[in-house]
Amino acid sequence: MGQKLLLDTVHIENIQTYEGYAKQGGYQAIAKVLKSMSPEEVLEEVKKSGLRGRGGAGFPTGMKWSFIAKPEGVPRYLLCNADESEPGTFKDRYLMEKNPHLLIEGMIVSSFALGCHTSYIYIRGEFMWILHILEKAIAEAYAKGWLGKNIKGSGYDLDLYVSPGAGAYICGEETALIESLEGKRGNPRIKPPFPAIKGLWQSPTVVNNVETLASVVPIINRGGEEYAKIGIGRSTGTKLISACGNVNKPGVYEIELGISVEEFLYSDEYCGGIKGGKRLKACVPGGSSVPILPHYLVTKTAAGEQRLMSYESLSDGGFATGSMLGSGGFIVFDEDQCVVRNTWNFTRFYHHESCGQCSPCREGTGWMEKVLHRIENGHGHMHDLDLLWDVQRKIEGNTICPLGDAAAWPVAAALRHFREEFEWHIKEPIKCLKGNYGLVNEPALAV
Amino acid sequence: MPKVTIDGHSIEVAEGTTILNAARQIGGDCVPPAMCYYSKLDVSGGKCRTCLVEVTKGSEKDPRPMPKLVASCSTPIMDGMEVGNKTSAKVLDARKGVVEFLLINHPLDCPVCDQAGECDLQNLAYEHGASGTRYEEDRRTFDKIDIGANIQLHMTRCILCYRCVNTADQLTEKRVHGVLNRGDASEIGTYIESSIDNEFSGNVIDVCPVGALTDRTARFKSRVWFLNPMNAHRNCDKCSGETVAWMFGDEIYRITGRKDQYGEVKEFICNTCRFDTKDLAKWTIEGPRHIERDSVIGQGHYELTPSDSTKELKK
Repeated sequence: MGQKLLLDTVHIENIQTYEGYAKQGGYQAIAKVLKSMSPEEVLEEVKKSGLRGRGGAGFPTGMKWSFIAKPEGVPRYLLCNADESEPGTFKDRYLMEKNPHLLIEGMIVSSFALGCHTSYIYIRGEFMWILHILEKAIAEAYAKGWLGKNIKGSGYDLDLYVSPGAGAYICGEETALIESLEGKRGNPRIKPPFPAIKGLWQSPTVVNNVETLASVVPIINRGGEEYAKIGIGRSTGTKLISACGNVNKPGVYEIELGISVEEFLYSDEYCGGIKGGKRLKACVPGGSSVPILPHYLVTKTAAGEQRLMSYESLSDGGFATGSMLGSGGFIVFDEDQCVVRNTWNFTRFYHHESCGQCSPCREGTGWMEKVLHRIENGHGHMHDLDLLWDVQRKIEGNTICPLGDAAAWPVAAALRHFREEFEWHIKEPIKCLKGNYGLVNEPALAV
Repeated sequence: MPKVTIDGHSIEVAEGTTILNAARQIGGDCVPPAMCYYSKLDVSGGKCRTCLVEVTKGSEKDPRPMPKLVASCSTPIMDGMEVGNKTSAKVLDARKGVVEFLLINHPLDCPVCDQAGECDLQNLAYEHGASGTRYEEDRRTFDKIDIGANIQLHMTRCILCYRCVNTADQLTEKRVHGVLNRGDASEIGTYIESSIDNEFSGNVIDVCPVGALTDRTARFKSRVWFLNPMNAHRNCDKCSGETVAWMFGDEIYRITGRKDQYGEVKEFICNTCRFDTKDLAKWTIEGPRHIERDSVIGQGHYELTPSDSTKELKK
């Protein structure tokens, strides 16, 4: 049984309320910080903990915080990115819904470390009920003196607001989030300047994921070094994984980074194996944006080593034979699922969510969707596969924000590992409408 | 001053200059094409991705190359930076991709488009595009919209460079221009036609790199290459009055701003000059406007006398 740092108290009935949270040792981290720590010391603890961004990119949080510019007389802002809309990822929603005070406490500590006096939670518009939960929790925190002017007599002021978006995936990109929060159309900004220099209202800004900010609380409570002992290598601490697809027990699980994928997928503590005793066909380990892995690469790396749930192990082999931990949306496909249909579905999502600013993403995502739709419905040609490959290659890396990459990677990986299934769709246009291809064969190792 | 090398040509430029502007100072073949950047606008660029370049050496201090191609219009130079434009195979490949993306939803109705002959997209496609299309699906279409009495928006041709949006933002206090919808369904919002009553709104026609915004007073009057562009000026209380009059015989068909070799106007001109002053008597004609040699407008070349042409040939 792995230890839980974020979800250890979610089963307690009144944990949503201030009383319930405080009874479970809540607001001790911020009390400790205000009493005995300087902002630099908090930053040092976070650096020691080795905490990496939980939103997908896995950038070290302590390093991100240390990049923030500190000009005199200019306010700084901390933004919490709660615009979780990646297909397959639903961990932040669960965390905020069950334990809103943990996020609020994490934000107070982080704001203190960064020297921010105004912080925002930018929440996805569809999560309106969570917005009410958070606002209620914030009101309680104000009433108890954890927010507002001169918090608990420490002389530190902080105001915290929740701001809903209008429901656009692109607003999860940090500069689009800032634009949206400023009341503009949610288009990503051209970088540089980066938000750490010029972000919200042209002031230095840090944008962090919900889970990242919540993780700051156990880091302060336990100490950074103690936190870093959990996990493996540079993947420290615990991570929320939202498992979905054809598994016996879908849901949000908190794992210690470094457990094996096999354990996560098949043990009763977590996913509990593939539904209906079927065989595993493929797995997307980190939300829809990351490359899909065929069955023979899920539990083992290409080198034959056991694959672990960690930033390094999941990306072992690069994009040729690996994937990414991403945001932790663990999507499992059994042998009856169609990879072509799934790829089309993902691409349809990116086509719909592309902001339309830069040409490769605006035009390319729509083009890929149309071609994939054609193949899936039995109207494909062999040259379409080369076309798809070429289109994704010309989108990747050439766009303003990472949405273009996120749209290109799943297509590239599906073509790389499941080419024979794509070819089957083209050669057997009638069969592909009625049945599924089944498992793809493991390619023979190059000698 | 920081020094930058583009395609092997070195130049020293002011701190904070972008790669594109440094390349323009060098001139010639090393200038990346730009479909959305417009130096006369406060905000523009970064969107079309045709100006992507490869930075093979970051700077003198940090010589690592940049991992991705960067938009040269929005990337400032560093001292000792080395940039590949025409000499980089990666750049040419990516640019070909971008041109293809820009063209898949473009109607390619050049034979009936007023912009043909002075269209940035045409020039770009001529230089970097493929001869055929790989796009088999339907192209997106929109209805034409009249923005006031003088401007027509033909959204089907638009490549969403946002230049007109930025122009409108810069020229007017109230936002009359913007972008509606998302992704490849985006369209230039005209809001309410009557609210574009700004005296400089006609400049959105000049900044448009394609034929999406056209001058209704000159639509379908003539192909641009049949007209003689003449530098002209008049006393105008609203703008400088320095324009180009596009003439056929003694008749003025069209008035535009004075564009340089990158298709950018020298100064914004007012709607009175552009739309309402087509009478030759009201203008002072300075002489023929210099047209780039490779431009299609230069085909009926009137600027060189026969003796000049022989001199050119002898060179």
